[in-house]
Amino acid sequence: MSLPDSFIVHEHDVLVIGAGGAGLRAAIEASAAGVKVGVICKSLLGKAHTVMAEGGMAAAMGNVDDRDGWEVHFADTMRGGQYLNNPVMAEHHAKEAPARVRELEAWGAVFDRTKDGRILQRNFGGHRYPRLAHVGDRTGLELIRTLQDHGIHQGMEVFMEMTVVSLLKSGGRVNGALGYDRERGRMHVWKAKAVVLATGGIGKAFRITSNSWEGTGDGHALAYHAGAELMDMEFVQFHPTGMVWPPSVRGLLVTEGVRGEGGVLRNSEGRRFMFDDVPDAYRNQVAKDEEEGWRYVCGDKNANRPPELLTRDHVARCINREIKAGRGSPHGGVFLDIAWIKEKIPNSSAHIQRKLPSMYHQFKQLAGVDITSERMEVGPTTHYVMGGVLVDGDTQESCVPGLFAAGEVAAGLHGANRLGGNSLSDLVVFGKLAGEHAAKFAKANRAIEIDPAEVAAKTAALEEPFARRTGENPYAIQSQLQDAMQDLVGIVRTHGEMERAIGIIEDLKQRAKNVAISGHREFNPGWHTAIDLGCLLTVSESIARSAIDRKESRGAQFRDDFPQKDDACSTFNMVCRKSADGSMEVSRRPLPAMRAELKSVIEKMK
Amino acid sequence: MASPASQNGIHESTRTVEFRVWRGDRSGGAFTSYSVQVTQGMVVLDCIHRIQADQANDLAVRWNCKAGKCGSCSAEINGHPKLMCMTRMDALPADRPVTVEPMRSFPSIRDLVTDVSWNFRMKRRIKPFKPRKPDHADGSWTMMQEDVDRVQELRKCIECFLCQDVCHVLRDHHKHDEFIGPRFLMYTAALEMHPLDTEDRIADLKQENGIGYCNITKCCTKVCPEHIGITDNAIIPMKERVVDEFYDPLTRLFRIFKPR
Repeated sequence: MSLPDSFIVHEHDVLVIGAGGAGLRAAIEASAAGVKVGVICKSLLGKAHTVMAEGGMAAAMGNVDDRDGWEVHFADTMRGGQYLNNPVMAEHHAKEAPARVRELEAWGAVFDRTKDGRILQRNFGGHRYPRLAHVGDRTGLELIRTLQDHGIHQGMEVFMEMTVVSLLKSGGRVNGALGYDRERGRMHVWKAKAVVLATGGIGKAFRITSNSWEGTGDGHALAYHAGAELMDMEFVQFHPTGMVWPPSVRGLLVTEGVRGEGGVLRNSEGRRFMFDDVPDAYRNQVAKDEEEGWRYVCGDKNANRPPELLTRDHVARCINREIKAGRGSPHGGVFLDIAWIKEKIPNSSAHIQRKLPSMYHQFKQLAGVDITSERMEVGPTTHYVMGGVLVDGDTQESCVPGLFAAGEVAAGLHGANRLGGNSLSDLVVFGKLAGEHAAKFAKANRAIEIDPAEVAAKTAALEEPFARRTGENPYAIQSQLQDAMQDLVGIVRTHGEMERAIGIIEDLKQRAKNVAISGHREFNPGWHTAIDLGCLLTVSESIARSAIDRKESRGAQFRDDFPQKDDACSTFNMVCRKSADGSMEVSRRPLPAMRAELKSVIEKMK
Repeated sequence: MASPASQNGIHESTRTVEFRVWRGDRSGGAFTSYSVQVTQGMVVLDCIHRIQADQANDLAVRWNCKAGKCGSCSAEINGHPKLMCMTRMDALPADRPVTVEPMRSFPSIRDLVTDVSWNFRMKRRIKPFKPRKPDHADGSWTMMQEDVDRVQELRKCIECFLCQDVCHVLRDHHKHDEFIGPRFLMYTAALEMHPLDTEDRIADLKQENGIGYCNITKCCTKVCPEHIGITDNAIIPMKERVVDEFYDPLTRLFRIFKPR
């Protein structure tokens, strides 16, 4: 039996799924190793969500403060992740990020400069020293464009606007992927010796999110259904500052860079409420008063950071509390004020526009607010998932041989909470590692034939919605799922509400089987939404089930019924896998052991 | 689903707006009318999404970030090339229907989606960045901010291709084989002005990339959503370099003796 002629078949050594920062970096590395590489992007090349990253990429280069180094960065990352991180990954990340930044410069990236002509670094939440290499507030664009423009000359084959719907396997090993192209709706089979997942996040599982339509957890679901394990899925980062008004832009990101440049948070009474609640782990790193906080922003090495630059999980909860207590802004947020720095520096308007140009335009054009003279209204928005495919810390390979993952779709680096700026560096550090090891795997293993029967069965399921005259509207199901996740598995969680969410998810899963699609297969967003829906349901279930079983509050997870951190829960990660009967199995996996050397680094930095 | 604002008890005015959206494919198409309930602060892309969710599930449209950062949702709104996500409804005339059609300089795929692959092919044609040797042992260079300001301005480009859409050399004269368009003239300029770059792309600009076709009407600059000075800061300086290299008698003489 062979594949019908209607399938378009491609053959590569390494197939990279996703073309944001991690995917492109992996593809570049694998190409450099001399293997044949294919890259699949869900959108056009260069439009992936990486483009939205604003503040910068964390790398302990010490250009602005020479006390910085890999050990401080490592300790900051572990502290921010509440020590659930994989220490091996945190070590790779802290040690290798500076070289990855310099490499971007060698490929044409143009970072903002220090006065003596080196790469400038800025302050960010949870980072002890100014550490984020940046380009104004459009660092993600610089990163993706640099990788794209370098990558297209390295010999990789790029498939734009194509979506993978299933990984293919034989003999326990991954041997390719099945997908479709948006333009014509044709089916494609990619044969590959190794596959790198670099599909990004899951934000679209929630109603209020900074993510685009693409953030539907495709890679998480592909890996899960192929037998890989998902870890830390309960940890979803709600970025503290998303836009709240007008309604159509609710959730849109407001960079932490605003706070890094001196922006402060106030409630409706004008109080800087962040001073009211400083966690113990950070008490000796936070400014005593507003004056010291401003000195920190200005670069005074003896000053501590303002409390607005605490970790995102904490800031988001504080904002949420102010809003719930009735001290919010008119449209249900709090106030973020950068305009106030006019009291401190001359020409503050020009300064703000230079440091935060996209924020200036975003507010001006979409909300009619001039941030150089007016306060912004902001509130938490679903931004990032710390959880993802469980991978080996040195190679990024999952428990499925030949299947690798890097970037947001992989778990491990960030633990219970990610520090701002650690994502862009994550992409390039682990994109490179994944590409390198996927290429190695491809060289060491021969190709395995795909099974046409497997492809036929999976394709038939995709085409069913067209056969139905009447049925469910995929947009309506997606919207109901988003409401359930937002309301019941959001910033503040309880057992009862999450059980209700599971009930809704189970119900929606049944209804999703009865989706009907009008029109034909060419560029049909209704059909695409129906397909993405399956991924969102899988991801949502794993978030809710993991969150139910972590009976404590830690990092991004806050349980109203277990409001304290529990030492007994500091020893494991939650892991989901698909059991033999197809149901989701959740278990507790002991944390990987930490080398004595790394333990002593953490102690030293406490 | 109640909107978040109405949950807070804030009244929002709603009005009904008539949309005329181009529906069709490679073989042709026509405008279809839809009525949309528009609330305060909505942008054109919101309306398109509302039509898609309620009235036409299969309406094809490209979009990603919804924040003017990715350059996916380019279209012609009331005849003007714009990003749908950054065009507020209250900035459009209220007394007539809003027309939305795809970029007309590129072949249609379906509805608002066009085939922009030509742009990706043009980019590959341009010689990539080639830096000089690093200044320092750790692989880094010294570059001053004032020396990179201009390059950073040009690198703000989000590749929405609205400048390509509006350029009459492409739109009216279809010189796609001989002219790379403002986006890639600017891309070349950013490489040429990069303080570390050692490659020479001036001859290519003059010959296969057709910079001479641009007659500086500045239409590209006018539609740029990033407000980049495409004409003044990128194309004109490149034209000057072409003139210096190919038409200046002294330079031509010098070129004969210059070691390549």
